[in-house]
Formats: sequence, structure tokens, C-alpha cells
Amino acid sequence: MRPLGVLVLALAPLLLGAAKPVLVPDVSQREIEIAYSFTGARLLLFGAILYPRGRAPDAAKPTDIVVVVKGPAQSILVREKEKVAGIWVNAERTRYRSAPSFYAIASSRPIADIVDEKTRAIYELGLSSLQLSPASGAVAEEQARFDAGLVDLKTRNRLYYEDPDAVEITDGVLYRANVAIPARVPVGRFTAETFLIQDGRVLAAAVREITIRKSGFERFVARSAERSSFIYGLVAVALSVAFGWGAGAIARRF
Amino acid sequence: MDVYLPIANLSVNALVIILLGGGVGLLSGMFGVGGGFLTTPLLIVYGIPPTVAAASAASQVTGASVSGAMAHFRRGGIDIHMGVVMVAGGVMGAIAGAGVFRLLQASGQIDTVIAVLYVLLLGSIGALMLREALQTIGAMRAGRPPRPRKRRHHPLVAALPLRWRFYRSGLYISPLAPLILGFATGMLTVLLGVGGGFVLVPAMLYLLGMSTQVVVGTSLFQILFVTAAATMTHALTTKAVDIVLAALLLLGSVAGAQVGARLAQRMQPEYLRLALAAMVLLVAIRMLLGLAWRPDEIFTVEIS
Repeated sequence: MRPLGVLVLALAPLLLGAAKPVLVPDVSQREIEIAYSFTGARLLLFGAILYPRGRAPDAAKPTDIVVVVKGPAQSILVREKEKVAGIWVNAERTRYRSAPSFYAIASSRPIADIVDEKTRAIYELGLSSLQLSPASGAVAEEQARFDAGLVDLKTRNRLYYEDPDAVEITDGVLYRANVAIPARVPVGRFTAETFLIQDGRVLAAAVREITIRKSGFERFVARSAERSSFIYGLVAVALSVAFGWGAGAIARRF
Repeated sequence: MDVYLPIANLSVNALVIILLGGGVGLLSGMFGVGGGFLTTPLLIVYGIPPTVAAASAASQVTGASVSGAMAHFRRGGIDIHMGVVMVAGGVMGAIAGAGVFRLLQASGQIDTVIAVLYVLLLGSIGALMLREALQTIGAMRAGRPPRPRKRRHHPLVAALPLRWRFYRSGLYISPLAPLILGFATGMLTVLLGVGGGFVLVPAMLYLLGMSTQVVVGTSLFQILFVTAAATMTHALTTKAVDIVLAALLLLGSVAGAQVGARLAQRMQPEYLRLALAAMVLLVAIRMLLGLAWRPDEIFTVEIS
């Protein structure tokens, strides 16, 4: 009796887990290097949905995949312009402790059709459910205005976006999604989260990290400007003098 | 051809930047101005962050003024004595300007201040130049000799204590006047990324009353050193000098400046001055509209 009980207990989590599908995700690139001709990158997020005991996907209960790519969080200051004495000047401002520098959400169907508002808020799915963590205690109404302004600005810069049909699911088992990362993103650690959703419930989630960094010459320049600013300044001045002098010298020959 | 700018953190079309530099260089060669007053706004319109634009435009002006200053030096068109006094003032102005820049940046009003300064400076100087050019052209058309200038220098300048002799400029005035002038332009260079030639030349002519033979050469001499100091100041404080952006701008502008200088020799200086006045006024009006019109972006984001 006893050995059987131990066996049942040991297997229980496996059996429970086996009732749900499992996610096996991956990304095309773990590292993105910014070099001189960098104009952005296309990230391919792909993987498989494993169903318990090799069961075939149930056609009556379709599963959805949602992929969220987030850039490093930044502490930012958002300013709002207002017309004062005939000209537009920065007036009110709000600080956000950690707003994602980049946020892209790709899904197999529009996100509002997949999960309800509560779940969206828990997992930060969708631009309207972003947790922007404002630092200043502003009035809710004003806060909402700033949130909307920030999201709108970032959306138009292609730094925040929703792509409701970017995830392709093949035979209910394999999925793939393309996420475009523009050249304007800051360097740092990005996360790619994949959610497996069925019946409005998140069944499985997995995170992969992607590092974006400057490489080669770009890295050298950025680092020199930061660390040896005096020499960097001298080189910049010398460069401009050399250019001007060179052009003058060439022009005098003609 | 896309090139990634390591300090501005974005990629730009290299050809567009080179052509932009070339166009500005052409104008600067023609009119003898650095062209910073065009580069900075154009770069901002292209999407470069304002601080990076101002910091990198300063180095472009350095490049544009080198060959001009050297040409004037060979012809003896620089009052070195006067130039050194102005450079001393300019370097002090650049350092003070960096402090003001930081204060304004912290208060969030830097963009407005830059725009308002542009409108005031360009508007008033453009209007002055336009009036002067129209008068000269009118007099020329009528066949009258141009009116001789009555005053050598402004009474305020004469009131300053301590007098030095500036032989090449033909002046006996207080060194404080060019020192203050240099200080003001040095500050403008850091704040606006302009060389300040469009302020310096009229000020040297009408306030100091310098001899016209040395005005352009001496202003180029001062601009050369002060923009270099401004680049250094930016490299040390804002760290916003993008060397790749500067190199692209320089490539275009030094070539454009040589072509412009040749074009200028074929044109009548009176009409050239009229064209410059019109261009300066146009930029001023554009900036004024930018202040008064509802901007595209009500919200701006700054990393803190």
C-alpha cells in the first residue's frame, strides 16, 4: 500500500501538469548587434505547443499564442506643451519610474477577443493594460491623459505597437511570429514572453532574453564619448579642422 | 545608404545628411557665414535630438570656417590682436553657456528658449540686413554714391574704460567691447550650435566700427576657435557630440563651401547680402510659426 501511495504522490504533479499543454519557445536571435548599417532588426519568435499524452489539438477549443517583446525599463519624464501667451511651451510634467522603452505585442487573434480585461491587466497584455508606474501622485484624470499621450507618442515612433495577427499557428502545434525592432531602441536586455492561452486562461508562459548591444566601431565611439570625453572632444575638433583644411588645400589646386 | 549614429542612437540616411551639409556649406561659402543657424534646425526637423544636433552642428561650423580663415589669413585679412580678445571672451561665453544649457535642460524649457532666441536674433538681424541691402541697392540703381557712414563706432563702445589700439581694424577702443561681444557669441554657440557669424559681422561693423577689410576674416578666426571650444564643452558636459554625424556633415559642408566661395565671386555683393537677409528672415519666420502653431507633438519624453 505504502509504495503505491508514494508513487501516486510523486506522479501527481506530473499528471496534473500533463493535463495542460506545454510551451516550447525559442527566438531566432539571442543577441542583436548594432553595427554601422543597423536599421532595426526582425525577431522571429517560434516554438511548439506540446499537448499531454500526444493528444491531437482539440478543434473545438482553439489555443491562442500571445508574444510580448519588451525593451529595458526606463525612468522617464513626460512633458506636456501648453499655449502660454501665444506660444507653445512645456507646462505640466509627470515622471514614470519604469516605462518599457519598447513594447510589442503580437497575437494570433485580436487580444481583446482572447482574454478579458482582468487577465490583460495581470499579464500586461496590450497597450491599454501597460503598467507605466507613474512616480508623481497626480490626479487620476491627468494621469490618464499623460499615459495616453506617452503611448500615442511611442506608438507613432513604432516603439510601442500591437499586431493582432502576427502569430501564425500551424496545425495547432507550431507557432511563429515576426516582431520588428526599430533602430531607435535603446541598448540593453529585452525580454520575449510567450503566453499560451485557452478559454481566456493563461495555460503556460515562457520567457526568453535577448540582448541588444552596440558592437565594433559604434560601441567604441559610444564608450569613448562616455569615458574619455576630453580626448573624444579633441578628436572631434581635430577631425573638423582636418576636413576644413583638406578641402581648402584641394580646392586651391584647381 | 543607412548609417547608425552611435551617440544619437538612431540610423539616418548618410546621403541626406551629406547633402544637407553640402547645401548649408554652399550657402556658407557664398555668404561667409558658418551656416549653423540652418544646420541645427534642419537636423532637428530630420529627427535628431536637439542636444545632439546643437553639439554636432558646432563642429561642422569649425570645419566650414577653417579654410575661410586660412584664406583670409594669407591675405592679411585677420586682426589677430582683436581676434584673440574676442576668442578669450568667446571661450568664457562657451563655458557660461554650458551652465545655462544645463539649467534650461533641467527646467524643460531649453527647446522654447532655443526657438525664441532664434526668432529674436534672426528676426532683428535679418530685418537690419534687409533694410541696409535695399538702401544700398536703391542708391546703386539711382546712381548715387552710397551714403558715407557717419559714426565710426557706437557711443556705448566709446564710453567703456581702458583703451587699446587695434591697428589692423583702425580702432582705438576699449578691449572690453570685443570681449563682451565674444562672450555673447560664445554663449550662442553652445546654446544654439551656431557660429554666430551672422551676429558678429554686423556687430563688428556697426557697433565696433571695424574696418571692412578685416571684419570677415576676424569673425571667421573667432568662430573657428569658439566653435572648437563649444565642441569641447559639449563633449565634456552633455556628451552629445556625435562624431559620425559631424563627419557626415563636414564631408558635405567643406565641399559645398568651396563651391559656394567660387559662386560668390561671380555675384554682386549687394545682391548677395539681400539674399542672405531674405534667407535669415525666412528661417526666423519659420521658427516663429513653429512656436505659435499647435505642435505635432504635445507630449515629449526625456530619459531621466
